Order: sequence, then C-alpha cells, then structure tokens
Amino acid sequence: MTTDSKLPLLVETLTAQRDAFLSQWTRTVGEDLQGRLSLAELGRELGELYESILRALTGGDLDSHGENFAETRSLLIELSRNRARQGFTPTETARSVFSLKEVLEPTLTSDEKGAQQYLQFARLLDDLGLLTTEAYVRTREEIISAQAEQLLELSTPVVKLWDGVVGVPLVGTLDSARTQVVMEKLLQTLVDSDSTHAIIDITGVPTVDTQVAQHLLKTVVAARMMGAQCTISGIRPQIAQTIVALGIEFGDIPTNASLSDALRQALKEVAEDATEEIRGLL
Amino acid sequence: MTDRVPVLKIGEILLVSIQVDLEDQMVMDLQDDLSNRIVATGAKGVIIDISALEIVDSFVGRMLATNAAISRVLGAETIVVGMRPAVAMTLVELGLSLQGVRTALNLERGLKLLRRISAGRA
Repeated sequence: MTTDSKLPLLVETLTAQRDAFLSQWTRTVGEDLQGRLSLAELGRELGELYESILRALTGGDLDSHGENFAETRSLLIELSRNRARQGFTPTETARSVFSLKEVLEPTLTSDEKGAQQYLQFARLLDDLGLLTTEAYVRTREEIISAQAEQLLELSTPVVKLWDGVVGVPLVGTLDSARTQVVMEKLLQTLVDSDSTHAIIDITGVPTVDTQVAQHLLKTVVAARMMGAQCTISGIRPQIAQTIVALGIEFGDIPTNASLSDALRQALKEVAEDATEEIRGLL
Repeated sequence: MTDRVPVLKIGEILLVSIQVDLEDQMVMDLQDDLSNRIVATGAKGVIIDISALEIVDSFVGRMLATNAAISRVLGAETIVVGMRPAVAMTLVELGLSLQGVRTALNLERGLKLLRRISAGRA
C-alpha cells in the first residue's frame, strides 16, 4: 500500500494483521458488554471503524478533529448513539475504542520504534474515546428532553366530569411551563364543551409554595374572566397548613378538601342553572 | 371619520359586538354611544361580545371595566361574553382581573345570566 503516513510501521502492522486484530478486538469488546450485543453485529461495527481508522492513518494527518478522521468520527457518533439508546454505560461505550489499544500493545511495543508509534496512536484513540462519551451524553440529553416533553403532554389531561363540569387532576410539581399548558388546555376545553364549572384537583401536587399558588390563582382568574366558575379541590391537611403558614390568600376562590365535595357543589349550581332555563322557557 | 362600534337594542338589552381591533378614538366613541343609549332606551342590561377579539391590551381591558362601571351607575348590568382563552391568559399576565365585571362563556349564557340577574336571583 502506498502511504504518506507519519506512522508507516503502524499502518503496515494494522494492514498485515487485520483479521487477527479485528477478531481479538471484537472478542475483548464482546466480553466487556457481556453478550448484550451479538458478536456478529459487533464485528461489523468494529470492522467498519477499523477500516476507517486505517484509511485515515494512511492519509497521514494524526489530528482526530481533522478532515481525515471525519468518517471515523461519524461512525463513532453513530455507535455512541446506538449504545446510549440500548442502555449501555458511557464507560462501556468508550472502552469499545480504548480496548483497541490493549489489542495492539503486545505486537507493537516489542521494539522501540513500534512503541513510539503505539504511543502516538494511543493518544489518537484517547481523543476518539472522548468523542464517544460526548456523543453518548448528547444522545442521553436528547432522550431526556424528549421524555420531559412527553411527560408534560401526558400529565395534564382535562376530563369532562359532567355536563358543564370539567376537571383537571394535577399530578406532580407545578412550574410556569406546566401551568401555561394546563391553563391553555383548561380554558380551551371550557370553550369547546361550553362548560361553566371547572375543578382543579391538586391531590397529586406534592407541595404548594407561593409560586405554585400564584400559578393556580392565575388559572382561576383567567377561567373566571371567561365566565366560568373554577374550584380548587384536593387540598391535603399538610398543604392547608402550609398555605396558611405562608400567608397565601386564595381570596374568594372556592376551595374544597375533596374532589367529591367540589363536584357536588358544581352539580348543584349546574342544576340551578338548568331549572332557570326551564322556567325561562315557560 | 373613524368607524363606530354599533350598539344594538334587543328588548331591554343592549348588545355591543366588537368585531375589529379597537383604536383609542373608537373606544371613546363607544363609551359615549353606550351611555347615551342606556339613558335613551332605559336598558336594564348590556352585553359586550368580544369573541372576535384576538388581542386585548390593558387599554381595552380598562375600557371594559369602565363601561361596566358606567352602566351600573345608569342602572344596567354589564356582561362581557366570549372571551378567548388566549385573551384571558394575556389579561392575567398583565395583572388585570376585570374586577366587578361579570362574564359569561358565550352570548347565550350571557343572556341567561342577565335574565337571572333581572329576576333578582344572582
């Protein structure tokens, strides 16, 4: 192979003993992953990686951020993404790269020149290993933010409890973003279902501080401005004590200890409206 | 000459349906027109329909409160109907709660509420 590589001996060795190195590398990584990935798949992945590293080395430059290693980098990023999705640890992912050093060590370090080239190559592999960790973390962050978004969608259902009565069972901590979503959904449902009563149930809200109370008040005031009556229910004894201790004023907003009480009250008012209607017709 | 918001009379009720974004002059004209019509017709209720408004700023918010107060002085109850969710949220963020203004989800419920008020039950 014609080469202008800075590590001619290394390239030569890697080319000559490709199959031996590759199978040993695959075995080492396979042991690390304890059979959670099939050897055939692993062999294919590492084979591609091996080829791309070899090609990059032949190109000469040893900079892992250089153009030569672009293909290697994209392969590694892809590999890290898959590992992150499959639930492997960052250590296991990075060791996929680092274990190539172990494989090469006995062969290359037998003479001085080989050892020197081995050290340079090891430094390069360290860089590439770090790249996998970075890609791994990035993928994990993407997964987390996607899940947070899904959770936001899932955790704010608005249910119709009765004709003219809708309920929002809140579960989990309230922050501004969630309150915004809850508020939007609740108000839109009020309009769509022509409901005059809304019940916000906070049984599933672990703590109520001044900020959460502020968010709740905003929602109630907005509903009221649209012409609907909004009740807060599910206030646990502990929370009632906190509310009073913090000096939070709920003003004239109706609150109830349990959802059933709030629903009974709402149904009574809806029924009153209905009788008015009949009288109006007569 | 700017546009004026029409004030329609239905029985003892005056209906104001705001269809376009309000300019300052229109708001002042509306306030004049409405108070004149309440006195002229002896209306017992006013319904302001803002279901077509996508944007309500603090100026319009205050106009609603002022009109409600004026009509109460003249013996008529004001009900604001059809506020959009987005508008309600904006007003809350602006810190306006339209205290003293009665509201209803839509025109139909607004009429029902007026009927109840005039019967002295709400």
